[in-house]
Amino acid sequence: MPGRIARDLVARKIFFALTLAVCLLALPLAVSLFVKSLPVLKSAPLASILFSTEWQPMQGKFGMLAFFMGTVTVTALAMLIAVPVSLLAAIWLSEYASSRLRNLLLPMIDLLSGIPSVIYGVWGIIILVPSVRWLSHRFGAWSSGYCLLSGALVLAVMISPFIIHVAREVLSTVSFGIRDASLALGATKWQTIKLTVLRKALPGIVAAVILGLSRALGETIAVLMVIGNVPMIPKSLFDPVYPLPALLANNYGEMMSIPLYDSALLLSGFILLVTVLASNLVAKGILRAMQRGQI
Amino acid sequence: MKRSNLAARKLEERIFKALMYLSVALVLGTLLLIVGIIIAKGVPSLSIQMLTQTPKGGYYLGKEGGILNAIIGSIYLASGATLLALMVSLPVSLYINVYTRNNSRLASLVRFSMDILWGIPSIVYGAFGFIIMISLGLRASLGAAIIAVALFELPIMVRAMDEVLKMIPQELAEASYSLGATRTETAFRVIVRQAVPGLITGGLMAFGRGIGDTASVLFTAGFTDRIPTSLSQPAATLPLAIFFQLGTPFPEVQGRAYAAATVLTVMVLVISLTARLIAHRYSKCITH
Repeated sequence: MPGRIARDLVARKIFFALTLAVCLLALPLAVSLFVKSLPVLKSAPLASILFSTEWQPMQGKFGMLAFFMGTVTVTALAMLIAVPVSLLAAIWLSEYASSRLRNLLLPMIDLLSGIPSVIYGVWGIIILVPSVRWLSHRFGAWSSGYCLLSGALVLAVMISPFIIHVAREVLSTVSFGIRDASLALGATKWQTIKLTVLRKALPGIVAAVILGLSRALGETIAVLMVIGNVPMIPKSLFDPVYPLPALLANNYGEMMSIPLYDSALLLSGFILLVTVLASNLVAKGILRAMQRGQI
Repeated sequence: MKRSNLAARKLEERIFKALMYLSVALVLGTLLLIVGIIIAKGVPSLSIQMLTQTPKGGYYLGKEGGILNAIIGSIYLASGATLLALMVSLPVSLYINVYTRNNSRLASLVRFSMDILWGIPSIVYGAFGFIIMISLGLRASLGAAIIAVALFELPIMVRAMDEVLKMIPQELAEASYSLGATRTETAFRVIVRQAVPGLITGGLMAFGRGIGDTASVLFTAGFTDRIPTSLSQPAATLPLAIFFQLGTPFPEVQGRAYAAATVLTVMVLVISLTARLIAHRYSKCITH
């Protein structure tokens, strides 16, 4: 019956077109953000945007260095806290925990990691900010509590479940043969993990960390709620900073009223996108190569 | 091997094991603490009035009203976005699993690019949604926000559906072909029917993500005290309602922010728990 075959052909063509469009979706994202940020890029030399701290939209000065430093410091600090804890937790969950406990705890961590970002922010304001304020007073820093340390702690809590999830998956792909071989040679369980399992899983663990990093880079709301949002280069943990995503989120309201302002903000979005895309590409590349047994 | 060496090795193991216990307890404890504190703080301010009324005049100064506008707005927004994302993700995941062999180059390209898209921060989707909105000449509205959130949900849904469709036995499709069915007929009448619980799981997960996301709707949804009646009207969302109420200096209003946070947390947890339960049941059906 030609009607049915024609319908099949049409459906196939449409589905194929949709599939291609979805594959290429990152392209219009990047291109449109870039095109929108061209005006500000043309208005001043690149160096005066990337390496200057002069952020005065009213005077057409869009130096973003303080925002970059904000993102870099809060992300680095969060990674410093989250990575060791997450990796230790992932190793315990995959190597030591009984399968019953593992099947209970892993879904629990996954479930809780689905809590919306704004909720983490609310928790940060209720618990972290006062604690950090108290801590800063102990150190004689008199911070309001809305600062780098609070932002990093919230961020660390948010990305940990994610790193645990990926790292656990990587560890579970290491074959039992090499574990048994190592144990048979008289190594303790921890030695086996340290010297064989982790060595075998190293590229994947690196990938897990990079994926966590890219999550951290783009996390917006929870961080901006507790970090103070003052564009400065921080000198201590108790200084407020202003990360790039927060810049974008805080100023959407007035960005159409000042010339070039919208362009500058969308440039910050473009930079964010490129950074995250690059780190994701690297991480996924590593994971794929591992899957195929090339590493 | 010397005894002292063995003792040292055992000591090292013990130290690391203790650190691991500590790490697991820390992560899990913190996550549970977050849920606990939000609920403990929110429940006292929660009332029937909050759930069934829209904000009255002076609500943000502590007067009468509720957050019904935000609850309904969020549900509209997440439903619309999930529906839109479904309309794209179902054909795509069917295409790579039924129309081509699911280990084809195109299939792995789709999976790869979905993983990449998944990692893009929601604020970037928000900015992109804003650009689309401006270039189409739209104002901040429910419709514009639905587009932004649908883009954000798309990779989550394609990946979830792909995982489900991959599990459907190839023989089922072959039996259908041998009876003379075309690929499209097989896809919708056999494969999709078989995969319904899994597809619902994927949809629920995306819905849960969409309802909780703030950054992607920041530019596009606008905010209003009324319940939107069409796609072209602005819409309030729960995360934004929490965000704004928390920003006011009045303890009364901040209490409502905690209550709204409780509502959102419970909604998201219930949705993803349901999704997981369906997935769990379904995976049992396949293996038995």
